[in-house]
Amino acid sequence: MSDIILQVNNISKQYRLGLIGTGTITHDLNRWWSRVRGKEDPYLKIGDSNDRSTKGDSDYVWALKDINFEVKRGEVLGIIGKNGAGKSTLLKILSRVTSPTTGEIKSKGRIASLLEVGTGFHPEMTGRENIYLNGAILGMTKAEIKQKEQEIIEFSGCERYIDTPVKRYSSGMRVRLAFAVAAHLEPDILVVDEVLAVGDAEFQKKAIGKMQDISQGDGRTVLFVSHNMAAVKSLCTRAIVLEHGKVVFEGDVNRSIDYYLKLDISNTLKNHKVFLNDEFSSKELVIQSFGVKSKNKSFNDPLHMNNQIEFEVSYNKLNKDSKIDTTIQIKDSKGNFILTTGSGIVKNLDNSKKIGEMKSRVCFDSDFFNSGDFYVNLLFVKNRKEVVLRLDDIISFVVLDREKDLGTWMGKSSAPLKINLDWKLDYDF
Amino acid sequence: MKAQHIKDDWLYTISAKHSLLDLNFKEIWRYRDLLFLFVKRDIITVYKQTILGPLWYVIQPLFTSVIFTLIFNNLGQIQTGSVPPFLFNLAGITAWNYFKECLTGTSNTFTKNQNIFGKVYFPRVIMPISVTISNLLKFGIQLAIFFCFYIFYAIKGDTMGFNANLALFPVYIMMMALLGLGLGMIISSMTTKYRDLTVLVGFGVQLLMYVSAVPYPVSEAKLKFPDYVVPLVEYNPLTQIIEGFRYMLLNTGSFNWYGFLYTLLVSVIVFFIGLIIFNRTEKRFIDTV
Repeated sequence: MSDIILQVNNISKQYRLGLIGTGTITHDLNRWWSRVRGKEDPYLKIGDSNDRSTKGDSDYVWALKDINFEVKRGEVLGIIGKNGAGKSTLLKILSRVTSPTTGEIKSKGRIASLLEVGTGFHPEMTGRENIYLNGAILGMTKAEIKQKEQEIIEFSGCERYIDTPVKRYSSGMRVRLAFAVAAHLEPDILVVDEVLAVGDAEFQKKAIGKMQDISQGDGRTVLFVSHNMAAVKSLCTRAIVLEHGKVVFEGDVNRSIDYYLKLDISNTLKNHKVFLNDEFSSKELVIQSFGVKSKNKSFNDPLHMNNQIEFEVSYNKLNKDSKIDTTIQIKDSKGNFILTTGSGIVKNLDNSKKIGEMKSRVCFDSDFFNSGDFYVNLLFVKNRKEVVLRLDDIISFVVLDREKDLGTWMGKSSAPLKINLDWKLDYDF
Repeated sequence: MKAQHIKDDWLYTISAKHSLLDLNFKEIWRYRDLLFLFVKRDIITVYKQTILGPLWYVIQPLFTSVIFTLIFNNLGQIQTGSVPPFLFNLAGITAWNYFKECLTGTSNTFTKNQNIFGKVYFPRVIMPISVTISNLLKFGIQLAIFFCFYIFYAIKGDTMGFNANLALFPVYIMMMALLGLGLGMIISSMTTKYRDLTVLVGFGVQLLMYVSAVPYPVSEAKLKFPDYVVPLVEYNPLTQIIEGFRYMLLNTGSFNWYGFLYTLLVSVIVFFIGLIIFNRTEKRFIDTV
C-alpha cells in the first residue's frame, strides 16, 4: 500500500467538438452564469463516449471517462489502446500539459514526460547549447546537465557537430541528440510516448536498450505508451488497455496485449462468417461458412506474420455432374488485388460425383503476408468455366507483426507480401 | 492513523479544482536555470544572420526620435524647455520602448509557444518573465545611445542635468516591467480562446503611446488638450513613468510622490491580476488555443 507512487482517481476529460467560434461564447456565458448561481456546469452532464467512427448526437465528448489506476514504485506500466482511445489525453493530463475535467491524480514523485523528443530545440543554437536548453525544459537543473553533458554527447553520436547550429543537422542527428538528452533525465516517474519510433535501426536498438536500463537497472517508475507490442512486452510488467476513453483491461502485460489484439480484430474486421438460412446460394451450392485463421488455432486468435494462415470454406453442394472449385482473391487495405488462388488447377480434387457438405481448405506458409489489413473475395466456379457465386469483400483479416525479438528493425516494409523463399548464394573462393 | 499519514505524503495533486491564487513560487524557483537559459536563447538568437546585428536596436529609436522632432517640435511647435527636442524625444522613446517590448513580447506567450507548452510542463510564467529580462539588454543598449547624445549635447552647452530622483531609476524600470508583463499576461490569456485582442495589440500600443506623454511634456498636454482628454493623460500610469524618467535624467517636467506611489501601486496590482489570470489559463489553454 505504501509503495504506491501514483494514484489516478476518476479522471475524466471532456472536449467540445467542432469549431471554436461565435457559438462558444454563449456556452461560456451559460457556464459562467451557472457558476455564479453555485450550480454545476451544465455541459458536464452531457457528452458521448469517444468513438470517432460513429456519429454522436452531442457536441461534447468524453475523451476519458472515470479512469482509475495505481502505479507502484519501480513499476513499468504499459498503456495500450487503438488510435483515439485516449492514451495521449491521459499522458497530457499526467504530464500536466492540460488539466482533467473532473477527478484527480496524486503523485509522490516528480513526473517528467517525453511526449516528443526535441521540444524547444532552437535551430540557431549549437548542439551543446540545445542540450542545456532542452534539458532545462525537461526539468533538469544546469548542474545536473553539466554533470551528464559528456555522456549525452557520446550517446547521441554527434560529437563532431556539437558546436554547430542545429539547423545544419540532418533530421536524424537532431532526433539522436534530442533522445540522448531525454534518456538522461532522472525523474521519479517518467512518462514516455512513442518516442522510440525514430531514427534508424541501430539507434532504435540503442534507445530500447537505454529504456530497459532505465526501467530495470535503475528501478525507475515508467509509464510507457506505444503501439509497438514487442517493445511493450519487453519493457513493461503490467499494462492497462484503453478503449473509447475507458480502462477495459488491467493486468499482466501478456494478457493485456492479447486482450488488446483481440479487441482490434473483433471491432474492425470480421475474419470468420457463418451463413445461416441459405443467405448466399445458387442452383449449385449453399455456402455455410468462410473464415481465415492461424493453422491449428481458433478463429478468435490473432494472426501474426509468423503463423501459417489458413482459409476454410464450408458449403453444401447440390448437384451431381458439376465440378465446383473454390477461388479466393485477396486485396490489400487500399483495395489492390495482390493475389488469387483457386482449387481448379489442382489435380485429384474432382468433386463432380459427390453432393452434400464439403470443406475446402488452403494454407499459406508462415512469413507470407506482411502485417496489415486484407480483404477477401470468394468465388465458386463450375466446371472451370462459369462463376456460379461471387462474394466480394466477404471477410477481412489483420496480420500482426511477428512476436519478434527486441532490437530488430521495427519499421514496416510497405509491400503487402513478405515472402520467405529458398535463397541460394553462389560464390567462388 | 496510518491512512492519515499516507494522505499527507503526496508530493502534489493534479486536479480540476484550483484556488484563486495558487502560485507555486517554490516550483518557479526550482526552474530558475530554465529562466536564464531562455534569456540566453533570446539574446543570442535574435539577430543571428543579420549584418548589422544589435545595431538594429539603435536605429529604430534614433529614427523615431528624428521623425518626432520634425513633426511635433518643428511642425507642431511643442516646447521642451531648455532641453533639446531630439534628446527629449529620445528619452521618452527609450523608456517607452522597454514597456512596449515587454507588452508585445509577452502578449502572445500562449499562442506562440503552443508547441512547446503542448508537449512538456514547466511553470508557464517562466516564459513571459524571461522575455522581460532579455528585453533589459535591448533597453541597456538604447540607454547607452541616449547617454552618448546626452554627453554630446552637454558638451555643446545645453543646460540639463540629473537630479536626486535618479536613485529611483531601478524602481522605474521595475514599474515598466511589471506593467508590460502584467498587461501582456492578461492579453495572452484572453487570446487563447478568442483571438480578437491580438488585432488590437498592434495599433492599441501605438495609440497608447500618444496618451502617455511620449512626444510631449505633461504641462503642454494640460494646456492644449481638451478638458476630457487631460485626465486620460494625467492618470495614465505610463505618463507618470515617462515623465518621471525624463525628470530624473533631464531635469525637465514635474514630479510628485503621490503620482509616483500611485503608479507603483497600479503596476503591482496589474502585475498580480495578470499573474492570476495567466495561472488560471495555463492549465487548460492547450485545449482551446
